[in-house]
Amino acid sequence: MAAIFQGIGTTASLSTSNSFDSKRFQFPSRRSYLSERKGNLFVMRSEGRIIGGSKGRGTSPLVTSAVASKAESSSTSTASKPGHELLLFEALREGLEEEMIRDPTVCVMGEDVGHYGGSYKVTKGLAEKYGDLRVLDTPIAENSFTGMAIGAAMTGLRPVVEGMNMGFLLLAFNQISNNCGMLHYTSGGQFKIPVVIRGPGGVGRQLGAEHSQRLESYFQSIPGIQMVACSTPYNAKGLMKAAIRSENPVILFEHVLLYNLKERIPDEEYVLSLEEAEMVRPGEHVTILTYSRMRYHVMQAAKTLVNKGYDPEVIDIRSLKPFDLYTIGNSVKKTHRVLIVEECMRTGGIGASLTAAINENFHDYLDAPIVCLSSQDVPTPYAGTLEEWTVVQPAQIVTAVEQLCR
Amino acid sequence: MSCAFSAVTMAQPNPLTTNRLSTYAIKLPPFLGSTRKLRPHSLSKSLPSPSKSLRSSTSSVSDVVKELKSNLLITKEEGLELYEDMILGRAFEDMCAQMYYRGKMFGFVHLYNGQEAVSTGFIKLLKKDDCVVSTYRDHVHALSKGVTARAVMSELFGKTTGCCRGQGGSMHMFDKEHNVLGGFAFIGEGIPVATGAAFTSLYKRNVLKEAGGNTVTLAFFGDGTCNNGQFYECLNMAALWKLPIVFVVENNLWAIGMSHLRATSDPEIWKKAPAFGMPGVHVDGMDVLKVREVAKESILRARRGEGPTLVECETYRFRGHSLADPDELRDPAEKAHYAKRDPIAAMKKYMIENKLVNESELKAIEKKIDEVVEDAVEFADESPLPPRSQLLGNVFADPKGFGIAPDGTYRCEDPKFTQGTAHV
Repeated sequence: MAAIFQGIGTTASLSTSNSFDSKRFQFPSRRSYLSERKGNLFVMRSEGRIIGGSKGRGTSPLVTSAVASKAESSSTSTASKPGHELLLFEALREGLEEEMIRDPTVCVMGEDVGHYGGSYKVTKGLAEKYGDLRVLDTPIAENSFTGMAIGAAMTGLRPVVEGMNMGFLLLAFNQISNNCGMLHYTSGGQFKIPVVIRGPGGVGRQLGAEHSQRLESYFQSIPGIQMVACSTPYNAKGLMKAAIRSENPVILFEHVLLYNLKERIPDEEYVLSLEEAEMVRPGEHVTILTYSRMRYHVMQAAKTLVNKGYDPEVIDIRSLKPFDLYTIGNSVKKTHRVLIVEECMRTGGIGASLTAAINENFHDYLDAPIVCLSSQDVPTPYAGTLEEWTVVQPAQIVTAVEQLCR
Repeated sequence: MSCAFSAVTMAQPNPLTTNRLSTYAIKLPPFLGSTRKLRPHSLSKSLPSPSKSLRSSTSSVSDVVKELKSNLLITKEEGLELYEDMILGRAFEDMCAQMYYRGKMFGFVHLYNGQEAVSTGFIKLLKKDDCVVSTYRDHVHALSKGVTARAVMSELFGKTTGCCRGQGGSMHMFDKEHNVLGGFAFIGEGIPVATGAAFTSLYKRNVLKEAGGNTVTLAFFGDGTCNNGQFYECLNMAALWKLPIVFVVENNLWAIGMSHLRATSDPEIWKKAPAFGMPGVHVDGMDVLKVREVAKESILRARRGEGPTLVECETYRFRGHSLADPDELRDPAEKAHYAKRDPIAAMKKYMIENKLVNESELKAIEKKIDEVVEDAVEFADESPLPPRSQLLGNVFADPKGFGIAPDGTYRCEDPKFTQGTAHV
């Protein structure tokens, strides 16, 4: 997969500068930031609401493969490009570590996060640096250690809870629904719960039904929590940092198959907005809303669609709760057709909620009914062929767009 | 069957229709549950007189708790403080019952009558920084910790001046100033939260290197909770990391209508602690001085960093599980047995016999508390109900969590948000 570079700020300055020194990198745009490696932070929130089109982050080349795999390094010299290349799990670790350095109350709790380094190596090396108490190896008691994180958050810490697999957090549903979501409200605003609950979910490679669950659909009704899903190293790091800094409880959904995605991300510190969606590919004919791994299936389908003459607009919604209805709405107003591609189940998934939200808010702008492609309402089978058929594949996306745009 | 419990068991047919008194002497068929005899001085058929049960049986892995002698354990000031706190708890709960039947408060209200010794015995030893986590039977824990009667009563009335702005209710008493961390409706739910508060204390000392001793957290919960997974998981974690927490079991023998003996394979809860490597103590929860002695030692243990303790307090609730519970299941003889051991009466007797106070001083306290409770009711009555504008404010600590509206602004920036009418 080609390494993606997503520039920050305007595109022009990045690509034309010859004497580029990453340490003294100036953005001539309305936000002028200094790009010191240490120290200065700039916040990657878009101030103005951009009416359609790109957010000025540059036209990224399309991701051409649907599944995360170890990226081949770019053929051009990497030394002259700004930023540094890393894999998604490393980006998560970087974001986590930066926040741990910045704020000593940030701690990590979870199974095998400490000495083992995390089952997906997101916390590798942190226990050696920060100690066993800050990177806490818990016993296998999801409900209780999630509750413990909530109690710690109420009394001044900022824990990051790792579910080894999101599915395990079903055992913590009691604490997540009752305490995490509700306590700020039932205490009359007295106690805040700045906890981050993160972990890999989604359908992997023949992991079986229980390890392939998509908990975003189960958690979405809980009032008082925010949910975000990362899909690239860039947004993984940014969302991780934003989630840790947020005063609200945030559930960060990662995907088992995306951990080895490679991308070049900025050296400078950046934090993304938890509530905003990401414009992946602007277009004119149809709005495709997606998140997490399905983004890559969509981009693969987009390649085919472009060859067939369609111009899909692809938005990675990133914020699963609440939905960024501004970005989505602007897109709908432009294209008048919506296709939602998600990995959640058909019934009661994120796509179902999103369909309802778009219908409610943008009904007048639609030229066709919203099409939602979701996984089958089937416990994910072990067999590879069956598993493939439960999840949305690029071919189905192409067909759906063709039908939608007829 | 010679099981010790049989005097207090229920009959098989519909408990709502059968007359309890008539089944008192009947031998009942076997049931599913524990067949073990409890400690000889509780719940046996020949009910012992209170004087025989003065010495509590305590046991611990390490010899932490010493045997109690009936010397003077308190000064006059301490005695008055304890007495006042227990009277406050009792008077407040009685007033709650009155107000409930008058239609001033609604929902599930769980009263603490009879268990005051546990709350007073433990919480009066805490500092302001120490945390208390309770269950739905939490009014008196909040009062003992220092939350004003006004704030609690207003909360029960659902008024905006309540400690949780009327948003929590009877089962969710929170107070940041006094470190009351709730108030939880599901049993066992608060224990992990208490473990987390204790974890913060450990973290602050060891990672943030803040000076001073550990702040201690007390987790209160009942006998029913001791069969719940969260209890065991937290016992394990607390003992593993030597968290500064005391687990206080208020064993009042009944979980709504489920007798502790019918639900538990080994009903002696204090014995479960050594399995996790922490001391387990059993204490007579109707005697505030005994509770206080045990509490002192376990809180000191926690503060010194020696880890958690499990304290099982044998206590009893004089009223039903909640105000909606007709309380027809429990044996009147059992109720009478514990009524004789009323902690307030016992404390009064102790103080007068030991010439710590005279009657008039105690009466003065009772009068003062009556006034406090009346004032609380008046305050709650006159307080306003929460306005619509309060609806959305506290859902998120950062209201940006409601997201971005179609027009591009954050929903919390919508002027209707502060009015409580915004579409979120």
